[in-house]
Amino acid sequence: MSENMINLKIDGVSVEVPAGSTVLQAALAAGVRIPTLCYMKDANELGSCRICVVEIKGGRGLAAACVYPAADGMEVFTNTEKVRASRRQTLELILSNHRMECPTCERNGDCELRRLAADMGIDSIRYEVEDLEPQLDESAPHLVRDNSKCILCRRCVAVCRKNQQVGVISAADRGFATHIESAFGRGLGEVSCVYCGQCVAACPTGALTLKRSIDAVRAAIDDPSKHVVVVPAPAVRVGLGDRFGMPVGESVQGKMVAALRRLGFDKVFDVDWAADVTIMEEGTELVGRIKAGEKMPMFTSCCPGWIKYMEHYHADMLDNLSSCRSPQQMMGGLVKTYYAEREGIAPEDIVVVSIMPCTAKKFEVSREEQRLENGCMPVDYSLTTRELSDMIAGAGIMFGLLPDEAFDPVLGDSTGAAVIFGASGGVMEAALRTAAVVLAGDDADVPLVFEDVRGMEGVKEAEYEVGGVKLRTCTVSGLANAEKVIRAMEAGEAAYDFIEVMACPGGCVNGAGQPMHSPFERMMTDVKGERAAGLYALDDSMPRRRSHENPEVKALYAEYLGEPCGHKAHHILHTEYVPRDTYNV
Amino acid sequence: MPNCRTVVPFSGTPEQEQKLREVIARYKGTQGPLMPILHEAQDIYGYLPEEVQATISEELDIPLAEIYGVSTFYSRFSLNPKGEVKVSVCLGTACYVKGAADVLAEVEAQLGCKAGSVTSDGKFSIDADRCVGACGLAPIMIVNGDVYGHMTVDRVAGILDSYRGEVE
Ligand code: SF4
Ligand code: SF4
Ligand code: SF4
Ligand code: FES
Repeated sequence: MSENMINLKIDGVSVEVPAGSTVLQAALAAGVRIPTLCYMKDANELGSCRICVVEIKGGRGLAAACVYPAADGMEVFTNTEKVRASRRQTLELILSNHRMECPTCERNGDCELRRLAADMGIDSIRYEVEDLEPQLDESAPHLVRDNSKCILCRRCVAVCRKNQQVGVISAADRGFATHIESAFGRGLGEVSCVYCGQCVAACPTGALTLKRSIDAVRAAIDDPSKHVVVVPAPAVRVGLGDRFGMPVGESVQGKMVAALRRLGFDKVFDVDWAADVTIMEEGTELVGRIKAGEKMPMFTSCCPGWIKYMEHYHADMLDNLSSCRSPQQMMGGLVKTYYAEREGIAPEDIVVVSIMPCTAKKFEVSREEQRLENGCMPVDYSLTTRELSDMIAGAGIMFGLLPDEAFDPVLGDSTGAAVIFGASGGVMEAALRTAAVVLAGDDADVPLVFEDVRGMEGVKEAEYEVGGVKLRTCTVSGLANAEKVIRAMEAGEAAYDFIEVMACPGGCVNGAGQPMHSPFERMMTDVKGERAAGLYALDDSMPRRRSHENPEVKALYAEYLGEPCGHKAHHILHTEYVPRDTYNV
Repeated sequence: MPNCRTVVPFSGTPEQEQKLREVIARYKGTQGPLMPILHEAQDIYGYLPEEVQATISEELDIPLAEIYGVSTFYSRFSLNPKGEVKVSVCLGTACYVKGAADVLAEVEAQLGCKAGSVTSDGKFSIDADRCVGACGLAPIMIVNGDVYGHMTVDRVAGILDSYRGEVE
């Protein structure tokens, strides 16, 4: 037996696990899945729901496996009558106070509560079932809270506080009255929520669901006077397949394009194209700021969750944000100007529908500062990957049988630099690829791959010498990590030139609009890592891997915009930020 | 009893704020500073208004929602100031079985605010008490220390009216 390993028995099966493991982890090693509800690895380890109870030889009562430390020589029983009866009682009590409307609930396909009831064979509830009314908070632009379906697992509270360091929701009151809400009963749309949606992604039930725009999009498609353009983001193509049984992280780009055409969209363009444009603008902006020594360090601005975080919590640093709009907004803006003028279509007749891994984008499309000079908003509807998957399923499209199709030309070609935008470090690497060439004057001996900015760690520091300029970079995902980095900078403990921040841990591949995975699935599969790997594989396969080499982007500047960061680009591709209160007291 | 949001405008004085900041400074950096600060803040202001919680939140770097959660969990804390006239109805078992809930409902209806809160003019506050130990008189209502036993719903309006003069 090695020093840091312990031996124990799970249902008679001997396992060796690292010291410090929980009984839950030890059981997994023995091939036993103990049910969990409140448990979320690293984020929520309260041991409060008690669905995970097990019997331990010599122990008094039952132990919560998710938090109970495994010990050498321990004998654990996970499937005794005592255990089954206790779990059953726990679940029935939860269900008796849960507004059950499963067939019409958005989460009916992936509800953890429903799955658990099925797995445990619950066929009746021995307690009086409360007749509950919906308890809705619809004030936020991206989600709906219905506390009548809340089981008080507090996973939402934990991710908002610990991973995002926003902390705008909490359990309030006590006993039967306990419920989750924001301070002083305010709606989520009235507090400093950044709309990242990570709480929705954490919720096991239909208590937190996305606001949906499917009906409006279908109506636009059915309206013959509208020219409906759809634009999917990089991360969507490595998430969408989950819904249709593809391996996690596998790119379904070609099938996704085919499905979008079959749904009736008039044009299928690619947000990757706009990501290449973003690099032209943001790279130029960065080089300009370095040369002028102004507004440094520079933060990326692709993530609207991060932007709103800065507006609420660091309004004094708004000048340090790149003024570039997010790729979604650049895309919409160029569809309604460049493309509209080129094709002779009135911009008011164009409906731009974005497909995003993201919930914050639902808010971003409505930001007034984004309005174009022609009076149009760049994007009309922002759908999530999940909404798209529902449209595809709802149309009876057999996704797995679709052929691979290509994006429509003019705003559809892209480079490998663009597709990696969906993973934490992707924007940084794409910018470095182009900046290195621009600063060196040519691409001989200039690196293409910047390994140190890749990976799923929350904070990645790297220093590069590009074209004789030393660039200190920091790549961050998860807002709690961003806060840590900002505080270190303010304390003089860290200094950088260029900082990429994505609100969602791991970047957009792990956005809250992507198909759901339970904490159990995430323990078994590195969902965000697999999706990121899918994007890097796509990058590897591309003929062009630097944004400035994109022929359609070159044409855009030659025929329409002129210079990157020039006058025209300024109006369509850049924006302003607004300071916001933290408390609204 | 759920703590309702107060409708009374905040009227903290500079002296109170100075005291609050002293208290925060005293506990900042200690282990678990929130509870003792909330206790003292409740004593300084008589309740824990949003403005006070926001100050504590900023100083301790704890989100407002979390502090609000704590302040609603413990019955020792109140989100509402007491009114000039304090009305309370005992909801202990003896009072309860004799119809105290109906009496409380009538008080709430008469005053237009819920137990745990205060009327918008700040004049009347309502509390639901645990057993006050005078079960022989159940159900009981107490107004500014005056005990009214064997309460019935139709006596509520008259009793409350007799206190209106005190606050005009
Ligand atoms: S959307 Fe993000 S910031 Fe808002 S409550 Fe959910 S986790 Fe917190
Ligand atoms: S809203 Fe969802 S995640 Fe939050 S406590 Fe309720 S059930 Fe759990
Ligand atoms: S990281 Fe991506 S998915 Fe998450 S909020 Fe930001 S833009 Fe949206
Ligand atoms: S107590 Fe273990 S999962 Fe909730």
